[in-house]
Amino acid sequence: MIQDIALFLQTAIIMGTPLLLATVGEILTEKAGHINLGVEGMMMIGAVTGFLVGFATNDPLLAALAAGMSGFLSSQIFAFLTVSLKANQLVAGFVLTIFLTGLANLIGSNYGNATLSSEFTQKIGAVAVPGLSRIPLIGPALFHQSIIVYLGIFIAVSAWVYLNKTRFGLSLKVVGENPSFADDAGIPVAVYQYVHIGIGGFLSGMAGACLTLVIVPRWQETVTAGMGWIAIALVIFATWNPSRAIFGAYLFGALKGLAFKFQGTSIEIGGASLSLPSQILDLFPYIITIAVLIAITLGKRRENQPPRWLGKAYFREER
Amino acid sequence: MAYIQLRNITKKFGSVYANRRICLDIHKGEIHALLGGNGSGKTTLMNILAGRYKYDEGNILIDGRKAVFHSPGDSVKAGIGMIHQHVDLVDSLSVEENILAGTEKGLFPTRKKARGKIKDLAELYDFHVEPEGKVYQLTIGGKQAVEILKVFYRGASVLILDEPTSVLAPIEARALFVNLGKMKENGCAIVLITHKMQEVFDISDRVTVLRKGEAVYTSLTADTGQSMLTEKMVGHAIEGRTEYRAAPRRDIRPLLAVSDVTVHNRFGSAALSGVSLDIRPGEIHGIAGAAGSGQKELCDVIAGIAAADEGRILYNGKDIAHMPIAGRAAKGVRIGYVPEDRMDTGLVGGMCISDNVMLRRIDREKGLFFNEKKARDLALRIIGKYGVDAVDPAQKLKDLSGGNIQKILLGREIEEAPDLLITAYPVRGLDIGATNYIFGLLRERRDSGMAILFVGEDTDVLLELCDRISTLYRGRLTATLDAAGTTKAELGLFMAGGGTGGTR
Repeated sequence: MIQDIALFLQTAIIMGTPLLLATVGEILTEKAGHINLGVEGMMMIGAVTGFLVGFATNDPLLAALAAGMSGFLSSQIFAFLTVSLKANQLVAGFVLTIFLTGLANLIGSNYGNATLSSEFTQKIGAVAVPGLSRIPLIGPALFHQSIIVYLGIFIAVSAWVYLNKTRFGLSLKVVGENPSFADDAGIPVAVYQYVHIGIGGFLSGMAGACLTLVIVPRWQETVTAGMGWIAIALVIFATWNPSRAIFGAYLFGALKGLAFKFQGTSIEIGGASLSLPSQILDLFPYIITIAVLIAITLGKRRENQPPRWLGKAYFREER
Repeated sequence: MAYIQLRNITKKFGSVYANRRICLDIHKGEIHALLGGNGSGKTTLMNILAGRYKYDEGNILIDGRKAVFHSPGDSVKAGIGMIHQHVDLVDSLSVEENILAGTEKGLFPTRKKARGKIKDLAELYDFHVEPEGKVYQLTIGGKQAVEILKVFYRGASVLILDEPTSVLAPIEARALFVNLGKMKENGCAIVLITHKMQEVFDISDRVTVLRKGEAVYTSLTADTGQSMLTEKMVGHAIEGRTEYRAAPRRDIRPLLAVSDVTVHNRFGSAALSGVSLDIRPGEIHGIAGAAGSGQKELCDVIAGIAAADEGRILYNGKDIAHMPIAGRAAKGVRIGYVPEDRMDTGLVGGMCISDNVMLRRIDREKGLFFNEKKARDLALRIIGKYGVDAVDPAQKLKDLSGGNIQKILLGREIEEAPDLLITAYPVRGLDIGATNYIFGLLRERRDSGMAILFVGEDTDVLLELCDRISTLYRGRLTATLDAAGTTKAELGLFMAGGGTGGTR
């Protein structure tokens, strides 16, 4: 039993890692006042790019960077449309997801049966820390994981420090709250928006690669399975706080893990066999998100509110 | 030579001239008042100097050298700081973060030195703000202080203030003027945008009048007079106001009795607490107070837009505190409302005049299809009766001037024949002609028996127009006074929360 739970926790954390990367990226994007609904698409393009580069080069670092770059470049399409051309952010992001999903499937169409070399999976697969990984219950979850798990935590904590302790973080928050104030203060509003939309894209791309290189690990047309949308919901769940996103991502990862585990199995209750469709577990993240959204809206804490300028374009000369 | 010289500045929005070949000299150690009606181009001109707007023609010279601003940041670097009419800060951040944003160096800046500099500046101008407090906890006056600190922290030597007193209580406005005097002595150049004549004579050294985007008159303040400036602002001589005021009628039963009403804002603090007042037919009942003292909540709760958390509102003896706004007309409750933000709450800018005048009664119309002729007739009636400068009811509302928009809103509400008319800042931003017209209209309605609740900011206007005045301070009612026999100073004291309170 204890072993089962330990395995479950281990699964929750690795399943939560792509969510964490994408969520932290989207938090930074939204802090700049832009809501990018292209996360799902950027994860898809990252997933296929990372897989192909990993397949061709056997180099995990190169694969991850390539995946990140593909997400970055895709996000700059969104940035150009919404920052420079002031297009509607919701439409631009949504269209980006549709476009990138199609593009990823086109690129990956011949690689459905390809598998990564065992050499490659060894390099990036789970590594047990001697001793510590034998701690009952939490040992495997914390100390028998792929390097990407630790990278995810590092990125989330760094993002928190960046937002709350550095001058760039302060300027970023001002841009998302009140761009005309930022403009008056000499903060280059558009530059901040491009850069943080770009970081968001990079992290989403890496999140996609995390699926095709570590978790699944192969290329499938439905590999992201809505994780990009969950990440956008998680931003709200985490109330735009990267360190809270760690907790949220692992919780949602656990729900994903449960859905996976209970697929097709049935539970015996009082002699009757009850089968729980995995789709019901898939619904949980969204139900929880809606509950949090309502709690924030009714809530009294100003610090937990969305960036005030979120979703709006900034025109300097608007009267 | 003037420190800043604007030479032939021209700015067009579409095909409309907002500024046309304007020349303006700004001297150090001098307060220069920029006087003009609504839409005269004052704010546009100063937004050009602050780097927010690009201009189409002309030159800006600073210290004799040509300056080119590509962004507001460039203007700040040149030592120019602007305090905008609407407070422009980040509420969720702290005071010092608002002041320091964009100025710090290094990846992890230390705040110690900066904090000292902020405290010194605050002391110089007698501001009581905590650098680490959140901005949303401040009053509007406090927020304005933060804006001033922000501008001086960035080393400004030229300060532009856009209608700074419009959001302040009289006592705060006086403190601001004392500070402007200090800044002047320290060698700053100050531009004060205003439409209040009194402020020009209270504090300025030089005055320029703008009308319809052109600078029509410049003079040393000492060399000019009120009638001269008025004439230049309006473009023709203006007749005196009627000074008639009926005695308050105490014998009449109140139309509306508000008792112990409390309203919480969405963050849970009381925006209005335990307010009681009554309004009689045939009186103009004024509400005075600094901006954000609970005026909006009071109006909304009487009009039925917001619900009272506690207390009762009796309308002819019937409690309407929780009566939904939709069924009110059918139940004989006739309350008209001219809200503070006319373009957000009162009207729809993107719709035409005839659609807008129908908004109030559309739910009482019969049938599926919209009766366009009826709407057009009503629009034409309002245009004719209230002297709106518009030809076609199909004209989009936002293309009209502020005064004409306000006349349409007032006309629409009055045509509904309400027993009680709530008007919040009905003349804000309007020029003298439109202002006098609206005051005349309110007096006439009052004399015909309508009860009017008038929320205002200018104590002179309140004392002249109203029969009784209630003062609000931080959501509490501090006094209800007969306007006759009350002085400006008394009113100011109650608006600032002083005095013993009570009713006369």
